[in-house]
Amino acid sequence: MTAIEFAGVCRDFNTPEGATYRALDDITFRVDAGAFVAIVGPSGCGKSTLLNIAAGLITPSIGEVRVDGQPLTGLNRRATYMFQQDALLPWKNVRDNVALGLTLAGAASREAHARADAWLDRVGLAAFAAHYPAQLSGGMRKRVAMAQNWIIDRGLLLMDEPFSALDVHTRQRMETELLSLWEGAGARRTVLFVTHDLDEAIALADDVVVLSAGPASRVVARHRVTLERPRDLMELRTTPAYIDLYRALWVVLREEVVKSQRAEARRA
Amino acid sequence: MRRSVLAAQVVVGVAALALWQGLVALHVIDPFFVSQPSEIARRIASWVRNGSLWAHLAVTVEEALLGLVVGAAIGIALGFVFARSPFVARVFDPYIKMLNAIPRVVLAPLFLLWFGLGIWSKVALAVTLVFFVMFFSTYQGVRDASQVIIDNVRMLGATERQLVRHVLVPSALTWIFSSLHTSLGFAMVGAVVGEYLGSTRGLGYVISQAEGTFDTTGVFAGMTILAIVVVIVSAGVARLERWLLRWKM
Repeated sequence: MTAIEFAGVCRDFNTPEGATYRALDDITFRVDAGAFVAIVGPSGCGKSTLLNIAAGLITPSIGEVRVDGQPLTGLNRRATYMFQQDALLPWKNVRDNVALGLTLAGAASREAHARADAWLDRVGLAAFAAHYPAQLSGGMRKRVAMAQNWIIDRGLLLMDEPFSALDVHTRQRMETELLSLWEGAGARRTVLFVTHDLDEAIALADDVVVLSAGPASRVVARHRVTLERPRDLMELRTTPAYIDLYRALWVVLREEVVKSQRAEARRA
Repeated sequence: MRRSVLAAQVVVGVAALALWQGLVALHVIDPFFVSQPSEIARRIASWVRNGSLWAHLAVTVEEALLGLVVGAAIGIALGFVFARSPFVARVFDPYIKMLNAIPRVVLAPLFLLWFGLGIWSKVALAVTLVFFVMFFSTYQGVRDASQVIIDNVRMLGATERQLVRHVLVPSALTWIFSSLHTSLGFAMVGAVVGEYLGSTRGLGYVISQAEGTFDTTGVFAGMTILAIVVVIVSAGVARLERWLLRWKM
């Protein structure tokens, strides 16, 4: 079954000079239900734009997105979105932040809090329920954001470089936790994970989609990651299968990165 | 730290008063023009004893608080509307600026004419002062709300009303509170100036009566009481603010 499908999606933006800038050009691919798909590409290639389109936060200029076979109009109510930046509500404590999705749906506060506490337990933050986001470390805030997203039961998880602001060790821990959440869930959720880091993409995903350098990014490659699950992220990166995959994908991505750097140099 | 600040504040206050009193005692300055602290204190004490202080103070505080509440309510409400509707904001922008440019003192006689000598002409004057401060800060505060947080809350399923309640109001509160201190002072100014220009009660009335007889001690005593009241109420607002914005560390 297809969870989400991009059909000829283009997106144009108006530049301050009055011209039109095409960020995405004819993006077409589908993601199977329950699959973990990573989207990689050089910076500025429109990865986040693509995710925002999947979320329904922006609309395609041409083409359409289908969610579970239905054309997407308005916000994508079958998806949650984990942002690159801090998106927790600073004026709500950790428990209220995690419970927010339930509260908004009209759940009674006692039930919402009980379920939030259960989630805080799962992400190892039970002791921090009454803290405010400003009192937590970057890694802890990401865990709260994960719980905030996972507590509402939606089939599709959109993630926009969620761990890119973290140091390398915290990041690896968060990736491990994400995988164990995902692999541990009864009915697997579909994940669309945007990253600029090929390493992260291969380590986490079933499928890696490579976007070309902007403007007018398109899908230039799609590779199946055949590494077995559950994966041990501490060891994975030194296995021959991983290294072969990395080489194959890097050849494609490197070309796009070089193009994007040249384009940037021309603009400067 | 808090202790030493408090101690230093007391030292500054006592030193200023002592200097004032000393200069008068040494005949360097003429008490006819600036009175002197001991006289002012005696005057305030006599007002307290004969009870006239409380009657006048109650009127002024009532006017100021009404002005503050009404001005803040209208300012916050309109600030929200303008921030959420760019069309309305652009249409009314020049008019708001024009209205804000009117010196309020000019309005005071009009308000006397419209609302009479009682408290409502003073409340109206306080409202015109408080409204603009609250309006502009609410407008800024709502527009300042983080787009990522807004997107996040919308993705989590918020309706427009829930968005206002869970994101826009808390986000604007920081701005609203920082202007509440200013507004409080303005509300007092509005009430006192209104009384000063035409009334039969209130601290502004007391001050204007004293000025009419060149009684500088009375004028300074009135101003002192005003200052004390504002400091006390401000401290209350600061406590409320600390509690409501406790997430800010």
